[in-house]
Amino acid sequence: MSFERIKEKLNILADAAKYDVSCSSSGSNRTNKNKGLGDATGMGICHTYTEDGRCVSLLKILLTNHCIFDCAYCVTRKSNDIKRAAFKVQEVVDLTINFYRRNYIEGLFLSSGIFKNADYTMERLVSVAKKLRLEENFNGYIHLKSIPGASDELMREAGLYADRLSVNIEIPTREGLKRLAPDKNREDFIKPMKKVKNEIIQYKAEKKIIKSTPKYAPAGQSTQMIIGASGENDYQIMTASNFFYKKFNLKRVYYSGYVPISYDSRLPQIGSEVPMLRENRLYQTDWLMRFYGFHVHEIVNETHQHLDLDIDPKLSWALRNIHEFPVDVNRADNGMLARVPGLGMTSVYKILHARKFRQLNWEHLKRLGVALNRAKYFIICNSNDFERRDLEPEKIKGFILQNSKSKFRQATSNQLNLFG
Amino acid sequence: MMQKVLVYDGSFEGFLSAVFKVYEEKIEHVDIQRETSVQPSFFGNTEEIISNKKHADRVWNGLKKKLTSYGRNQLYYAFLSEMNSVENVLLDYIRQVFASSDTIEKDFSNLTVLKVSKITRSVGREKHRMEAFVRFKLTKDGLYFSNVEPDFNVLPLIAKHFKSRYADQKWVIYDIKRNYGLHYNLDTVETIVMDFPKEFDFTKTSGDFFAEEELAFQELWQNYFKSTNIESRKNMLLHVRHVPKRYWRYLSEKQP
Repeated sequence: MSFERIKEKLNILADAAKYDVSCSSSGSNRTNKNKGLGDATGMGICHTYTEDGRCVSLLKILLTNHCIFDCAYCVTRKSNDIKRAAFKVQEVVDLTINFYRRNYIEGLFLSSGIFKNADYTMERLVSVAKKLRLEENFNGYIHLKSIPGASDELMREAGLYADRLSVNIEIPTREGLKRLAPDKNREDFIKPMKKVKNEIIQYKAEKKIIKSTPKYAPAGQSTQMIIGASGENDYQIMTASNFFYKKFNLKRVYYSGYVPISYDSRLPQIGSEVPMLRENRLYQTDWLMRFYGFHVHEIVNETHQHLDLDIDPKLSWALRNIHEFPVDVNRADNGMLARVPGLGMTSVYKILHARKFRQLNWEHLKRLGVALNRAKYFIICNSNDFERRDLEPEKIKGFILQNSKSKFRQATSNQLNLFG
Repeated sequence: MMQKVLVYDGSFEGFLSAVFKVYEEKIEHVDIQRETSVQPSFFGNTEEIISNKKHADRVWNGLKKKLTSYGRNQLYYAFLSEMNSVENVLLDYIRQVFASSDTIEKDFSNLTVLKVSKITRSVGREKHRMEAFVRFKLTKDGLYFSNVEPDFNVLPLIAKHFKSRYADQKWVIYDIKRNYGLHYNLDTVETIVMDFPKEFDFTKTSGDFFAEEELAFQELWQNYFKSTNIESRKNMLLHVRHVPKRYWRYLSEKQP
């Protein structure tokens, strides 16, 4: 292969793919077989991090950045005057294998602009994955992006070779999408998602009867929404997210703070700040829904449509529901412990084990690594002091903000001066 | 009171043999030390422990009855930290394990248990980072070679990971700090010691040793690393937290 030409293509097509925030390479169950190359079991590994701090675990590229669509938020849109390129199927295969052999990556994340039509494009994506699996005996992770509007047959084939499939819904609301991506409609995203969901259900049913049923998208499917491009609020975003989790059994919804890339009057201007803090709050909310047993409406609802930027969503919920506290760490069940600000799942786990041996006091909790600067206002333990002393929520918030310096705050100090 | 110093060879088997000795001779005040880091002691009397598989197995099998695989892992991981005097923390841990009728391995309010679990976590983190930051370079002989310099002795912990992942290529992962490596020969993983030529520079990819296309792939990777960055989100603080500087010298994407 010609390295110079490949290098140029890689620069263009990696650059164009970088706005896709999905980087996960976990959740599959593909073991190395027949002494082949690669293994996609267990945790994913971030092999490096970009200078903006995002994990690099997969070779994330577009097959091509030629595109027949003209979505305002997209660098690859038809009307954008940029260099275009396209990989050959074999080139993507060679890059993946050689990067994988050097332990640079966990596998491939392949997306594409749409050339000709949806099926023509999808077919090429599938053929890359197929080649990797069948010709190279590659068992690493493969994430294929479904092309909106691709046929059911191709979606079925895609799932036979990919670990994960995803289709980006991009804009959280139907109206926003209509405005920014006139060529696309929501049904085009929903259709392949539905197909994949049904295939996964069917696979699971067949697997129970026939052990040798070929795997179908073992790491499930995910999607992504762009945040801050079309004016929707956090309530709308998380409601949409919840809908996709529930309706299509998604493994992950990603939130991508919009990076202005065009002079389009429908969009935030070039140079406007990327809403990174808001993006982070949405991720925190997402975690609370997936791992902490929160219902979406507890965190955002009609009367509370925006996530607080100065405090995390769990603390915000606790302050609004102060009547649920204090929680006794020596008695409470794990569901309630998980709702205490400053207690992560690791702390909850440690508390549940440690309290079998003795009643825990402040000293124990501190040593376990509990973030007492927040937690102390919401718990009681084996000690006479109770820190909250019937403080008003506003007071508690004030104390916490005074005494906390979140990691995120340091990292983005230029953004936070507003709230300082 | 007299303190006894037991010096062992640095192996896990040696350490367990020392523990055996402590129990066998009911030694109360004891300091177990690696032979490479022995502190001279004026008051204690020193004794050298010869690794003894039978003795080591006795201790290990005893621990098996009192610890789940989780607890045994904690012990082994912490041992591999090679932290100063970790042996005595572990002896304390083992003594408490044998003295208690319950399984104490998850008593996180117990100081010793907590200490071991913290050390284990650091070792686990380094293990995970080695799985991430090993960069193989293809040699002229068709071998994928990598050199590392981990703070803790994590090679024994990563052998399985790389074996199941790179089943169809020969590879070496060499710890240049401890001067030994793992070699996978398409069949088994073996421990090896290598002599490197005087002029061998571990940070460079010299054409004398490495395959012709090797540099080209490193360059592609470097380019990929650059073009996947979003300039307007640049955050070096975050970057360095994830990729500590001590690893940079052997990361191909970080080469000038």
